[in-house]
Amino acid sequence: MRFGVTDIHHEFGDVRALRGVDLDVPAGSVVAVVGGDGAGKTTLLRCLVGRYAPSSGTVRRPSSELIGYMPSTSGTWRDLTVDENIDFIASAYSMTSSDRDRRRADLLDHAGLSGTADRLARDLSGGMRQKLGFVLAMLHEPELLVLDEPSTGVDPVSRVELWRLIAEAAAAGMAVTMATTYLDEAERASSVTVLDRGRAIAVGTRDEVMGSFPGSITAPEQPSVPARSWRRGRSVREWHPTSHGPTEPTSNGPALEPAELDFEDVVIARLLDDRNIDETDGST
Amino acid sequence: MIAPQPATSLIAADHVTCRFGGFTAVEHVSLDVGPGEIVGLIGANGAGKTTLIRMMLGLLAPSEGGVTLFGTTPSRHGRRRLGYVSQNLGLYSDMTVVENVEFQAAAFGITPERVALSGELVEMRDRLVGSIGLGRQRQLAFACALSHDPDLLVLDEPTSGVDPLARARLWDAIRVAAGSGAGVLVTTHYMEEAQQCDRLVLMAAGRVAAEGTVDEIVAGRTVVEVTAESWSEAFALLGDAGYDIMLAGRQIRVASPDTAGISAALTAAGVSAALSIVPAILDEAIVAVSSAR
Repeated sequence: MRFGVTDIHHEFGDVRALRGVDLDVPAGSVVAVVGGDGAGKTTLLRCLVGRYAPSSGTVRRPSSELIGYMPSTSGTWRDLTVDENIDFIASAYSMTSSDRDRRRADLLDHAGLSGTADRLARDLSGGMRQKLGFVLAMLHEPELLVLDEPSTGVDPVSRVELWRLIAEAAAAGMAVTMATTYLDEAERASSVTVLDRGRAIAVGTRDEVMGSFPGSITAPEQPSVPARSWRRGRSVREWHPTSHGPTEPTSNGPALEPAELDFEDVVIARLLDDRNIDETDGST
Repeated sequence: MIAPQPATSLIAADHVTCRFGGFTAVEHVSLDVGPGEIVGLIGANGAGKTTLIRMMLGLLAPSEGGVTLFGTTPSRHGRRRLGYVSQNLGLYSDMTVVENVEFQAAAFGITPERVALSGELVEMRDRLVGSIGLGRQRQLAFACALSHDPDLLVLDEPTSGVDPLARARLWDAIRVAAGSGAGVLVTTHYMEEAQQCDRLVLMAAGRVAAEGTVDEIVAGRTVVEVTAESWSEAFALLGDAGYDIMLAGRQIRVASPDTAGISAALTAAGVSAALSIVPAILDEAIVAVSSAR
């Protein structure tokens, strides 16, 4: 079975959290779901793992004992030690003690958590606690691994380690999906879904998303339409929808070649396109 | 033509050291932020960033060295000219948006109207801050910090959790503040924020490990990019061989200069792959610097 969701919608009262989202999570790959706070990332992942029943649409997932889910709060029990956390999850999945001990040794070693067995989860650093959460989600060797913002608030060193653990899970054949607010992390995944206000505004590999944005992006001295401009350090970027185009190329600066743009520029251009900002309407 | 005057520092640490018992959290660190400048302070957890900031704000006394805020010893008086957004934002979650605005305005002696709220925040004005999303809370904390036109902004991961467009708008606001002469000190873990800074200071193990722009900090550091038919096989193999590896799409980035060893490990296992030496990214530079100490 190929895991994922098709055209799911979900509401919380009047709030339309998801408005027709597709997500495909093939085995052996890492699929990133990226978006800001409130974009619908957590709702999407919870629908995928079965914590929410979406109001419409289809969900393809394995039976629950083959799903590993790490919530954004890491899913660890702070008053339990590292070993007790593992024992608890192992018994919840009715793992044999030999399976449990084999997985424990293997995963803790890989996560750089050997030697922490007797420490309370609350006394671990943020990065270590997130890695423990990952170990717990992975313990029962799931087919589908779903991680909600595993790297938020994690320092760069632990973040690189977490990313390696996630990639290893995919390399071992699991279907992995993870939410993140960070584009640099998302663009390293096998494919990316950019969520904004409950809809997927871009889907594909990094190169696919980079190669297919509408309009053009220029680097002007001064932005001519502030609502369509953004800064990158000391330089300015401006997006021109195809229908308008830069009318005066000199004042709008040189159009940038794809090689000069990065993933963030392109995602911003897509967000602007999606939100339909034009000269007459500067608000979002 | 008159030579430009050396900019006076808005905030400066001069060879500061901070010890907690036998542990040295910060050692001989100097850092200054001038008017109109955006300086990023980066590094792994435990590198000493928070301790340094606390000393610079006068919340912690240095064991050695000196700190000045607006040319003098940090004091409550100086705090008036400072806008500070901490990582936990400093908002009251059981008060509404508008009550938080009124409270902040009163603390800085300004009218609440000067706190410029986005349309979305205005719509949420009567909701408890604890019930609005974290991204919105961040925008609110930011609006409050900017409202009294501070001469110095100190921001701790100012744009984490917000969408790319909202992040671009927050950075616009930071640039506007810098353009009108404010100095900005940003602490961050994130590449995207670091790239927005004029200058970075990278800390590791309590010391300044590198300084400059992203390009200057990364300069000269390279990784080996491995493109293999089967990335998963190559990834597992190089991981088992003990290399520091990172997946980027279907390519593997190996933080090692040892192309011969990487090539041999792959060939021995019958994995065909193309290797090329490419510039490191900032995260890789931070890991390299942090693990070297």
